[in-house]
Amino acid sequence: MASSGLDSSGLGVRRAVGFVAPALLLIGVFLVFPALWTLYIGITNYQLTGAAAANPQVVGLDNVVEAARDPLFTNSLWLTALFVLGSAVIGQNVLGFGLAWLLRTVRPGLRRTVEGLVLLSWILPSTVVAYLWFAVLSRDTGTLGMLLGSPQTAWLVQYPMTSLIIFNVWRGTAFSMLLYTSALAAVPPSQLETARLMGASGWQTVRDVVFPHIRGHVLTNTLLISLWTANDFTPFLLTAGGPNHQSEVLPVLIYRQALEGGRLGYASAMSMLLLVGNLVIALVYLRLLRRRA
Amino acid sequence: MSPLWIVRRIGFYVLITLVLAFFAVPMLWLASAPFDSKPGLGLRWPDWTWRNVVATFDHPYALTSLLNSLVLCVIATVVTTVLAALAAYALSRVRIPGRDLLLYLLLLLSSVVTGTAAMVPIFVMMLQLGLINSQFGTALVIAGGMLPAAIFILKDFMDAVPRSYEESARVFGASPRQVLSHVVLPVARPGVATIFVWAFVNAWGNFLLPFLLMRDVGQQPAAVLLRTLYDEGGSANLTVIPVFSLLYSIPVVVLYLFVNKRYGFRFHGGIKS
Repeated sequence: MASSGLDSSGLGVRRAVGFVAPALLLIGVFLVFPALWTLYIGITNYQLTGAAAANPQVVGLDNVVEAARDPLFTNSLWLTALFVLGSAVIGQNVLGFGLAWLLRTVRPGLRRTVEGLVLLSWILPSTVVAYLWFAVLSRDTGTLGMLLGSPQTAWLVQYPMTSLIIFNVWRGTAFSMLLYTSALAAVPPSQLETARLMGASGWQTVRDVVFPHIRGHVLTNTLLISLWTANDFTPFLLTAGGPNHQSEVLPVLIYRQALEGGRLGYASAMSMLLLVGNLVIALVYLRLLRRRA
Repeated sequence: MSPLWIVRRIGFYVLITLVLAFFAVPMLWLASAPFDSKPGLGLRWPDWTWRNVVATFDHPYALTSLLNSLVLCVIATVVTTVLAALAAYALSRVRIPGRDLLLYLLLLLSSVVTGTAAMVPIFVMMLQLGLINSQFGTALVIAGGMLPAAIFILKDFMDAVPRSYEESARVFGASPRQVLSHVVLPVARPGVATIFVWAFVNAWGNFLLPFLLMRDVGQQPAAVLLRTLYDEGGSANLTVIPVFSLLYSIPVVVLYLFVNKRYGFRFHGGIKS
């Protein structure tokens, strides 16, 4: 029993590998293999139909070069950056922290109501949520137009990106709120009390007392919500990229190029760039986290 | 009770009210439109009727698609939960060679490789395997996407199960299988339940993968059908859509209420700084 300190379950390495293998098999087939295959399809001229469908040719980095010159791709890159920055890094982060901070002190009943609604907006299916927001933003009968007294505005057509950003703040704030609520619970109450007695304002307390404690949480949260937002397909349900590509974030562009345009090779090259983008964000984050530790 | 204090209290409650309205107003449609005689994309006090409900139940695909969703979701959720629990337990207890690298890769994979980024090869692969329109195939793709994160979260829970429990069970002669089913799983139940609910809500709402892979309308889950509900005139079928949205939302709301009552919606050990 030399290994008993490590293997309290008595599984043994062989059986343990057997436990892990089925999960790894599924991950391998449906996640790793497609990711690697993206890299391969991305250097071919593979098409959904036509001659290049039966017999795709390797074209090297031509697709990437083409993407860099394609105004649709650069436009979409810019929109995706705007979407991530506006709705995740700023919107969800600030509102999520704000809610976690404000709700500490309110009555439990009110607190549960607010938290419940925020969570509900997070877990409802995305297709349902899309209709909920059509009802808010649509022309003539939309709730927002009614509240503002200007029923002639078709918000999703006239301000597509702003609408998507506000929608995504609504949709995703719950995660940040939950994470910051649990982070705030770890801030020593004595320090908050000291700050209060010294006459610190709310903002000073957050900056000088709370923030140093939760810096790691801010980092984790920002990374996760940024990745989720950059890869979110829900904008397709609201605007499908329109009008005239004005809200065509990267996932929507990839879908439209691949399935509507049939250009699988080109779309894969763009997926590859999205994967590389994800990887860079994740690695920068892990580096930052390690430096802190 | 200085004037400043009162002003700040009022400001505080105005703020809370605004936030509450921001989150609540879009959802009111789900309460009014299904029972309105003229449902539209907008909010108004309904002219109460049950006609929409009847029309929805009469719709040829509405109930089938909910059933399809259930099948798809149950397969994906069960596969994810069982495989993730086995893997997380083994990774938590046994030092398999290369374990730390594997965990690091899983963490990266779960955040970096997404259905969105890999949609082209997933579509091509399933097309070539003849698994387009296959419930089981689509469910496995969804499960594969959820597994890395599920393993990661569950491993944290498993790490928190005291090893002394298993050691005492083994002293009394329990086999590894008995240790797992009678000692570890009961203790790790909150973690397993968390993953189950998380996987269910994710799979239930997943739109992109069924949208790519389920092309036959009779096989489509609710997420995809809801998107394609048009009436004879070709515009959105607003008689069926609101009721159907409501029916389709009920399972996640029920699950949410259950989790909230049973465990409270909080992050426990899962997220580390």
